[in-house]
Amino acid sequence: MKSEFTLKLDRCKGCGICVAFCPKQVLALDTLGKVYVAHPENCIACGQCELRCPDYAIFVDKLKQEAADKK
Amino acid sequence: MLERSYEKFFRQNRLPHLWCPGCGNGIVMKAIVQAIEKKSGWTQDNTIIVSGIGCSSRASGYMDFDTLHTAHGRAIPFATGIKLARPDLNVVVITGDGDCTAIGGNHFIHGCRRNVDLTVILFNNNIYGMTGGQASPMTPLGKKATTAPYGSIDRPFDACKLAEAAGATYVARSTAFHVQHLVKMIEDGLDNAGFSFIEALVQCPTAYGRRNKIGEPAKMMAWMRDNAVMKNVWDKLPDDKKIGDKFPIGLFYKAETETYDEAYHHVIEMAGGAAK
Repeated sequence: MKSEFTLKLDRCKGCGICVAFCPKQVLALDTLGKVYVAHPENCIACGQCELRCPDYAIFVDKLKQEAADKK
Repeated sequence: MLERSYEKFFRQNRLPHLWCPGCGNGIVMKAIVQAIEKKSGWTQDNTIIVSGIGCSSRASGYMDFDTLHTAHGRAIPFATGIKLARPDLNVVVITGDGDCTAIGGNHFIHGCRRNVDLTVILFNNNIYGMTGGQASPMTPLGKKATTAPYGSIDRPFDACKLAEAAGATYVARSTAFHVQHLVKMIEDGLDNAGFSFIEALVQCPTAYGRRNKIGEPAKMMAWMRDNAVMKNVWDKLPDDKKIGDKFPIGLFYKAETETYDEAYHHVIEMAGGAAK
């Protein structure tokens, strides 16, 4: 995993914008319509989801190599 | 998680905001605070956010500056008052397509004409969202609204052309899809001394998209991606390619002329100074 996700689910309204614009299909909506990280291993930390989230509910940080190795 | 520095500009206890799932207003609100953050010397204490009435204008309630949520269409007059009384303050106006071009249409053109040193950001969702989807002066031809069930026959305003013709000294357009571009357009508008106008296209999935069967929010944003053409490309495009839904984004107009608060200051000096 090269990236770290922070989800503020109380803000997520399940609009699906992050899911649609993720170039690697990392994200999905769960049964309750909130976002979850379905395929973290595919994430390239491009930040498209965070960029366009209208509710400031998803944050992606690129992990430094050492931190990524530890995981 | 690394702290996002722009979050300090939001009233955290007011989030999540009340906008519908997928509404583009949140994207533009974040773009505004990110643009303000980039401006050195602009702080929460010397920046004022003024808004009118409508979905867009709810933004002032979430932004942690000195904010003013004013009467419908009247954000620009309130902002003009603030700027004349306290020219040292930075005044940003948030308005919507109905608020700015219908109810506040006159205030808008006269604000432009006077070149008041304001930055006006118009959230254009093509409809009156808050009141249930009535057609606004910026609803495109043929699109449905509760007041236009057969499709709107009223020719829409191009607010950017209107602002330029009325005398604004900075006119630009961007969309909720082109976030970094939008931040840049707003930032340059904040830099401009004089009336700066930025039209930000936002998707309204609830009142506009659903009624016009455009689909979910991401589809509306993909439409912006597919139809927005950067100004420099647009200018080279032959007329037969400027068809369908294609529209230009970018900086349309920039000029330098005396601002209203400078002119007003001269009057104060000639009249013997303001009462202290």
